[in-house]
Amino acid sequence: MLKTEPCIERPDDFYEALLAAHQGLTTEQSHDLNARLVLILANQVGSYDVLQAALAAARGNLDRTMEGASQ
Amino acid sequence: MSQTATPDIDYQKLEFEYRRSADQSAASPAHHPVVVVGAGPVGLTLAIDLAQRGQPVLLLDDDHKLSTGSRAICFAKRTLEIWDRIGVGQRMVDKGVSWNVGRVFFRDQEVYSFDLLPEPGHERPAFINLQQYYAEGFLVERAAELPKLEIRWKNKVTALTQDGERVTLAIDTPDGPYTITASYVAACDGSRSPLRGMLGQESKGRIFRDRFLIADLKLPGPLFPNDATERWYWFDPPFHRGQSVLLHKQADNVWRIDFQLGWDADPDEERKPERILPRVQALLRQGFKREVPFTLEWASIYTFACLRMDRFRHGRVIFAGDSAHGVSPFGARGANSGVQDAENLAWKLDAVLRGQAPDVLLDSYASEREYAADENILNSTRATDFITPKSEASRIFRDAVLGLAREYEFARRIVNSGRLSVPATLDGSTLNTADSDGFTALTRPGAVAADAPMTRDGRKVWLLRELGEGFTLLVFGPAPTWAADLGVQVLEVAAQGLQDSEGLAAQRYDARPGTSYLVRPDHHVAARWRAPTAAAVRAAIAHALAKA
Repeated sequence: MLKTEPCIERPDDFYEALLAAHQGLTTEQSHDLNARLVLILANQVGSYDVLQAALAAARGNLDRTMEGASQ
Repeated sequence: MSQTATPDIDYQKLEFEYRRSADQSAASPAHHPVVVVGAGPVGLTLAIDLAQRGQPVLLLDDDHKLSTGSRAICFAKRTLEIWDRIGVGQRMVDKGVSWNVGRVFFRDQEVYSFDLLPEPGHERPAFINLQQYYAEGFLVERAAELPKLEIRWKNKVTALTQDGERVTLAIDTPDGPYTITASYVAACDGSRSPLRGMLGQESKGRIFRDRFLIADLKLPGPLFPNDATERWYWFDPPFHRGQSVLLHKQADNVWRIDFQLGWDADPDEERKPERILPRVQALLRQGFKREVPFTLEWASIYTFACLRMDRFRHGRVIFAGDSAHGVSPFGARGANSGVQDAENLAWKLDAVLRGQAPDVLLDSYASEREYAADENILNSTRATDFITPKSEASRIFRDAVLGLAREYEFARRIVNSGRLSVPATLDGSTLNTADSDGFTALTRPGAVAADAPMTRDGRKVWLLRELGEGFTLLVFGPAPTWAADLGVQVLEVAAQGLQDSEGLAAQRYDARPGTSYLVRPDHHVAARWRAPTAAAVRAAIAHALAKA
């Protein structure tokens, strides 16, 4: 089951840390960092069903956002 | 069984004699129950299996030589077990090379190494490396021992027609054309399959826009200290930027190097020795920090596609091996899946030709092997997508996986330079009888029966070797008295005779006293029970022969 209710402890601190991790990186390096982060988090999640749901949620959200932007 | 040591035969130069057959002078076309077209590993395996079952077989080949170059070199455990059954497994293993240390490199660093320690308690290793011409040569020698098997070299099929009764083949030879008929024809005539074209069929799928160079090097001495055998795989190495490279060993101290070249490479230029030698030298310098003397034995440029025919059976013509399906070389699923096609088809053709099973049994060959081909294509496509990323995003993730793999074990599981070829579990096959009793998923109906070390009267034997040529009822404990009347081989694992000396058979088969497995002639499990009735076993046998 994909959790969508708020679960991140200290969300503001997390977000700041996320941006800090990208500090000083080129866009290419940021892509690389994000990819590594996705893989590390995916391993933490483990469950294939949850990962599938997360991928669908991310892609669905992106598609809906793009749809909204084009209207 | 051939137990002779390999004499000093140069299998690459071996030529077989064309001989005129009586069929060529026959007043009307001679009839053969089964004709196999193509004497590669698949056609040879099929023909030998059929002949060993007592079926007269005619094997036609348009050439008179073995494989040109080493080509398919990785033969998997299941293939070796099949070859054991037809009497050539030991020769292949004796001549072949096993490796157990694999190393993966990314750019200029070793990312990780692994020990391919085989699970103990199996007769055969996960796979061996052996040049295809040896594999074919040993098969041809085995074929020569079988009086029911005739090979006709330089016999090229030029036309094929069929009706409900028979197939008619027009054949060209150095003496001119002749015609024969056959009840069934097995088309094992390779990826370009002329027979497929004659039927107006095609093999469809995904073509990969990439080119690879294979270079076989003969080395005068060991490459690794203590003559170790390692398999090295580089992603994006400094000596071959942006591409992948694989190094592994074959028999006779010949090393295979596979260079990814990319789609823009000019195949005519790249196959020239003056282009190949610097590539090889750069690799050896980088990898071994010394000048390694070598001679270039064979080189080839290849492209590949993952594709298959929609259906493997067209009336009385049945396709097996590369004619039916194609995969990328990553994971060694080409020849290995073809040999499994051959063994799936052999017992079914034999049973149909003997009138022991209806013709519809052959439909199960097609459905089972189409299913297996899909699995192989899926695995092979995934490896290809890892090795040659098709988009910026896939390249980023691929490099991220490799970047993480050096430090984190979890990422190593995602690295994919080809997954080990393992046989498909034929879930959903029409020949399976579904479980009615509780069992673990392992060795479920459709799976290949697992090997296990056993003893027979104190002597060490292997379980797979104990199975019969036909169906076997494998019983853990004393077999019920009615088992003797089933008309199949009954194999008891008991206190006397065949013993499960290490307890591995019971473990692998989730067996308790009375547990019984019905094993097909191709070693796939057809059904299993905790305590079967005679009626249940009879029904499962009939079902596995497509009779009910």
